This record gives sequence, structure tokens and C-alpha cells, in this order.
Amino acid sequence: MLAFTLRRAIQAIGVMIAVGIISFSMFRFAGDPVNQMVGMDTSGAERAAIRKSLGLDDPVIVQFGRYIGNAAQFKFGVSYQFRLPVTNLLMERMPATLELAICATIFAMICGILMGVYSALRRDSWLTHIFQAVSLIGISLPTFLIGILMIYLFSVTLGWLPSFGRGDVVHIGWWTTGLLTLSGLKALIMPSITLGLFQMTLIMRLVRAEMLEVMRTDYIRFARARGLTTRAIHFGHALRNTLVPVITVAGLQFGSVIAFAIITETVFQWPGMGLLFVQAVQNVDIPIMAAYLMMVSLIFVTINLVVDILYTIVDPRLRSTVSRAH
Amino acid sequence: MSVGRSLFAATLAGALALAVSPASSQTLRYANQGELKSLDPYTLNESTTSAHLGHVYEGLVARGKDLKIIPALAESWETPEPTRWRFHLRKGVKFHNGDPFTADDVVFSAERVRAKGSNFQSRVPADAKVVKVDDYTVDFVLTSPNPILTALWATWYIMDKKWAEANDAVAPTPAAATTPSYASLHENGTGAFTIESHQPGVKTVFKANPNWWRKPEHNLKEIVFTPIANPATRVAALLSGEVDVIEPVPVQDIERVKASPNATVLTGPELRTIFVGMDQARDELLFSNVKGKNPFKDVRVREAVYRAIDVDLIKNRVMRGLSTPSALMVAPEIFASKDFTRPKFDPDAAKKLLADAGYADGFEVTMDCPNDRYVNDAAICQAIVGMLARINIKVDLLAQPKAQYFAKVLKPGGYKTSLFMLGWTPDTLDSQNVLHDIMGCRDDPKDPNRGEANLAGYCNKQFDELADKVLVESDTTKRDLLIKQAFELSMKDWAYVPLHQQALAWGVSKKVKLTQRADNMVMLYWATKQDE
Repeated sequence: MLAFTLRRAIQAIGVMIAVGIISFSMFRFAGDPVNQMVGMDTSGAERAAIRKSLGLDDPVIVQFGRYIGNAAQFKFGVSYQFRLPVTNLLMERMPATLELAICATIFAMICGILMGVYSALRRDSWLTHIFQAVSLIGISLPTFLIGILMIYLFSVTLGWLPSFGRGDVVHIGWWTTGLLTLSGLKALIMPSITLGLFQMTLIMRLVRAEMLEVMRTDYIRFARARGLTTRAIHFGHALRNTLVPVITVAGLQFGSVIAFAIITETVFQWPGMGLLFVQAVQNVDIPIMAAYLMMVSLIFVTINLVVDILYTIVDPRLRSTVSRAH
Repeated sequence: MSVGRSLFAATLAGALALAVSPASSQTLRYANQGELKSLDPYTLNESTTSAHLGHVYEGLVARGKDLKIIPALAESWETPEPTRWRFHLRKGVKFHNGDPFTADDVVFSAERVRAKGSNFQSRVPADAKVVKVDDYTVDFVLTSPNPILTALWATWYIMDKKWAEANDAVAPTPAAATTPSYASLHENGTGAFTIESHQPGVKTVFKANPNWWRKPEHNLKEIVFTPIANPATRVAALLSGEVDVIEPVPVQDIERVKASPNATVLTGPELRTIFVGMDQARDELLFSNVKGKNPFKDVRVREAVYRAIDVDLIKNRVMRGLSTPSALMVAPEIFASKDFTRPKFDPDAAKKLLADAGYADGFEVTMDCPNDRYVNDAAICQAIVGMLARINIKVDLLAQPKAQYFAKVLKPGGYKTSLFMLGWTPDTLDSQNVLHDIMGCRDDPKDPNRGEANLAGYCNKQFDELADKVLVESDTTKRDLLIKQAFELSMKDWAYVPLHQQALAWGVSKKVKLTQRADNMVMLYWATKQDE
């Protein structure tokens, strides 16, 4: 078990280094940061001095060594655009992104499971057909389009919800939350739906397929024979057995919800890390880009590692194969 | 009884006060596509940033609604001799923290703006001496006459010496700072607004300064500024009434905003001139199938390209009528151009010129173009590709984001371009800047900054001589004549292909009245907002 965990952890470090190499080599094609930092009519000598002070003239290998060395200590330097430490900027923006990602996941889980169960049990109901159509839209329409359409419907035409931003936020220590104010809650609705729609579709289809599968199994038939109520059978037995894969998928998807928040945050001007990243790309703000990419890959790697370890704990069969492998 | 009466009196007084001063009671919400990155006024020389900071800081002079230079922190000035400018400072002005404004602050600001790390070093000539005569008089002693010394000073903001010294902000925050500086997160100006909170890239709240020395024309209590980068979201925020002013409105959304019940669009010509340039410096083009020679060195080929581009078609189709075709490399507000007309669009003549130059079958060349810098930039380039194809010049278009584009074509990238599109606003609002930076010879040993942004490498010594005369000529009539001669010369050389001045488009709620200035600086101290 310990050996297994260790092996996985070493693999995770390997992945992180690979991401570091890829992202570092990408920066060399991102453009010249100095151009974005100064006005158009800045003299060549002045530009050269800035390049030098940023260490952009050093050999590539020296720059890479410095970059990896700092990243390992969570030192990402100072943002070229804002002249603020990147770590502070990311920490400031993190609550916005996490809140959005959690709300989107909760929305996706609740709606996805309910719709999935319903469409599995009432296969020919008209509501099921509507759910199927919605899920088709969720899977095929790009996020930004859904976001813009919602803005035009709910903000411009109906005037119910704000079109951008987080509303009023409350500070709790270093964390900021929009969950405690009315405008904050209103501002969360559309971005969460936009971000969660894809996950919702995924979960709905998964629950539906699993549910149909489970309903055909022997123990459900036995339960029926024992005379249990339909409700107990559906929710106590069938649904509970479909939830294991659903939770796994939702957990794994949480990483991509955070990563894909980039698009949703751009559409809704949501002041999170994704928006910060997009602005950084436009302005060749390498310290922010580097830190963000490393952080996202760290989230992915950690989630995968935890899931792997949890599997072996939850599922004894997996554990036995692991120990037999030794 | 007396308590009741005084309470009543107080209430009445309060009610009266409310009734007689409805001014300064409004919150104006403003969204721009760009962010306010640093509050240090010497860090980034870029017009949007300068406009934001112009609400907080002030210069010795300012630009009025018509862009004319008007007195600000300097009440008046004179030039007792051509190389000595004397400024009489305004008395009784206080910085936001209460420090009085004096000559020491001007001397300090002149040092700081020229210090290493400032992006505004050219605001005050490096060899100029700044002398305090008394507390409210400052002399600028120059080594050579400069008739447009104050042209750039509307965005040279005066800082408080005492405050900077107390907060370790004497040195400007350099673009490459490795530690955050106090001045980039805090302000202490003399201007119409103070900054109450500033979260870079998220939100900035400005509060009206009750002690401003000028009588405010605005009726605002605060300005809430949010950057909204996504154009569709920005427009939606305006249409839904969540913001009052947006800049810019995308060209394709202008009609829709105008048709909406609660907002409209202010449009007007901008000072920026968009132009096309051809590399005429190299002996062989970097990106072309013509080897061993450079077709753009031939003046006939340059004329052919000029005549093959139909600016009216670009105006009508690409810009939806929102551009002003230009014969000159500067806007009419900068140099009155009634003596100049744009040479006619004539593809047949262009074909003939190409044939005369030996390119009857045309040639291939790559065009560099930004796709996120100017209004419809990539679409304009695409249109030009089609127009040049008609005279058999096959253009391979490379449209890139500005970060990559500028890295390739500007001086630090080695001017790596054969054909390009660029936009330029002379920040002095004076032709001399264009004659020097865009059209001056690149490798002048005496003046290494000449031709800094001359991506085409146009070079004519006679032209440079004229530009040098323009720099020191104080007589306006003579100066204008010299500028005219210079432009005539460059047109005879077909040096560049000026296309147009693009239009400004600000989205404004119908509740708000504001003044649009042609330099695209949104100055909200001229804005008034009706009651909700």
C-alpha cells in the first residue's frame, strides 16, 4: 500500500516537471513581454535595460533552471503587469474561482442526478425528451455561446440577473465570498449554470445509463419480490448503486471545472484565476502564466492521486490485485 | 421644547441642504476594455492608463475639451528667452493627503519622471535644468529651444515630494520591478477624484475630492471602474443598465446600442492614423519570393500599392462608415490638411506602374497585421489582401495578437516585416513626433532615436533636415510651412500609405452627459448623471 502510494507520488512529480518543461517552452512563443510593459514610443535602450533586468537575455537553460527552482519553492515572482507578487494575486483570485467551481459542481450533481433518474424511470415521458434535448445542447454548444445567450436573455431582456462580476463580496479573513449577499448570490447563478452545464449533461447521461443497467439486475428483482416500495427500490437500492461511478466522475471532473472556468470567467468578467490567466496571456505576463499552469496541473495531479488511493481503500478487489502484484 | 425645536431646525437644515445641493450625489459606473494596472503615474506611457490617472493626478498644464492646452497646476507661463520657460504655480492647491503643492514638488517630479525606470523620460528633456525661483515659480532652462515643451505635459502628472519620500517612492516603479512599490498601489494627487479602493484588474473606486481647486463640472459622488475585456459582455452590461459608460463599443454593435431605449453611442474621429508600410530599407525582402532585390525600393511599386488600395471601400464595408480616409500620416486635428488630397484609387494605373517596374506578373509578399489592437484591424488587412491581388501582388496575411505582432515588427524584434499595418497617435499631438519617429531615417548616428518606429525604413536626408528645422522653429506660420513641405516630400516618395483615422465609439447611458475628446481619453470630470 505504501509502495503503491509512493510510486504514484513519484509519477505525479514526473508529471509536474513535464508540465513545467512544456509551459516554459511555450512562453518563448508568447511574444515579447517588454512590449506589453511599456508604451509604443519607448526607446530601444530603455527596452534593452528592462529585458536585462528581467533576465530575458540569459541563456535558455539558465532561465529554465531559475524558473523550476523558484516554482519548487512556490516562488513565482512579480507580475509584469501589476507589479504585485503572483502568489498574492492568485490567492486573491482563488476564492472567486473555487466558489464558482463548487457551485457549478453542486448544480451539475443535483440537476444531473435528478434528471438522470427521472429519464431512466420514465423513459417515454415528454419531460424525458426535453431533458435529452437539453443535455444535447449542453454537450454540443460551446460554453461562451451559452453564457452570452443567457446574458442577453436574463440581463439585457429581462433584467433579472447581473451580466458581469461577482456582486458585493464579504471578507472572511483572506477569503472573499459572494454567498452571503443577495447581489453575490444573484451574480453566481448564470456563471455556475454556464460552467456546470457540461458536467450536468455528463452526469445525467451517466446516471441514466447506470440506472437502466441496475434496474435489470437480480437484486432489484429480488427487492421487488420482497415487496419493497418502489421508492425504496429506486432510491434506496438502485440509485445508491449508481452513485459510485458518478462520484468518481464528478471528482475527476472538478479539476477540469476549475481549468475550464477560464472561458466562463472571461464571458462574465468573473474576477477569478481564469480571467487573470487570460489577461496574462494577452499581455505576455509570464510569471502569472507559469504559476497558473503549475497550479492547475498540481490540482489535477492531486485529485488523481487521491482518487487512486481512495480506490484501493474503497474497493478491496483493487487492493488485492495491487498486493498480489508485489 | 427647545430640544424639539433644534431637532426640527436641524432636520429642516438637513432637508434644505439636500434640496439645494443635488450636486455630487451620483455614482457613475464605467467599464473599459483595458485595466488600470499601476497607480504610479510614471510606469506606463499609454493613453488609457493616463486617462484613468488623470482623474487623480494633474499636470502643470491640461488639455481642454477641444484638446487645447489650458492652465492647470501652473496658472500661467512665459518664455522670457527661447530656452527659458517660467511657470507661475497655482497657490492654495493641496494634495489629497493635505500637503500643500509648491515648487519643490515640481522640481521633484521633474527629477522622478526622468529617473531610471520611468516610462515618461522624454516628458522633460534630459539636459534641461529645473530651477526653483520661489515657492510658486519654477524655471525650465533648456539647452535648445523647444516650442512644444508643454505638448506632452498634460500627462506628466505632478507628485508630492514629501509623500514620496515618506513612503519610499522617490524612484519610479520600473516596468521590471521585482518588488511592489507603494506608489503603484496608492495615490496622492491634486485631482478631481481620490482613489478609495483599488483591486488591480478587478475594480477601482474613485471618490469625488471635496477640496479640488477647480469648480467641478461633474455631479458625481463616486466612479466605480470595472475592466470588462469581453466586448459582448461589455455591451450587455451597458444595455442592461449595470454600467453607465463603456469604451469602446465594437463597430458591429453600434447600431444595436443606438436602437436600445436606455443607451446611445458617441462617435467621432480619433486622432490615431492607421497606415500601411512597405519595407524599403533592405536590399532583399525578408518575406517574399523576389530574391536579390527589393521591389518596394522602386517608387513605382510603392505608388502601385498606394493606388491599388481603395480606402472608401474599406470605410464602407469594413468600418461601416466609421472612418475618415486620410491623405496625411496625422489627423486633421493635428495638422490641417486642406492642401492635401489623397491620390486617387486607380487599379489600372497601378497595374501599369507595376509592369513598368518589371513586375507585370506581380510577386508574393507576407503582410504582418495585428488582430487585437485597432478597430477591425485584421479585417482591414484582409480587404487589402484582396485589393492587392487584383494587381497580381499575392499577399500572404499573417494576422497575430498584438503581443506577438509587436515583438516581431518593432525595433527590439529587428523590424522583421516586409509589409505591415500600424496605427499611431503622436502623443505630443504634434506632427513633429511623426516626422521624427515614423518617417525619420533609422540609423542616424547623431540621433539614435530618430526613426524608432519607422518600420518601413523610409529614409530621405532632405526630409530629416526639414524635420530638424520643425523641432526648433518657434514661429507657428513658418513651422506649419516646414511641416507642409515635409509631408509633400514624403508623399512624392510614396513613403507610406495612410488609410484612415478610425472612429471613437463610447457607449453612454441616456442618463449621462459627457464630453468626448478626440484623443480617446475618457475624462469623467466632465460627466453629469441624472437622478435615478
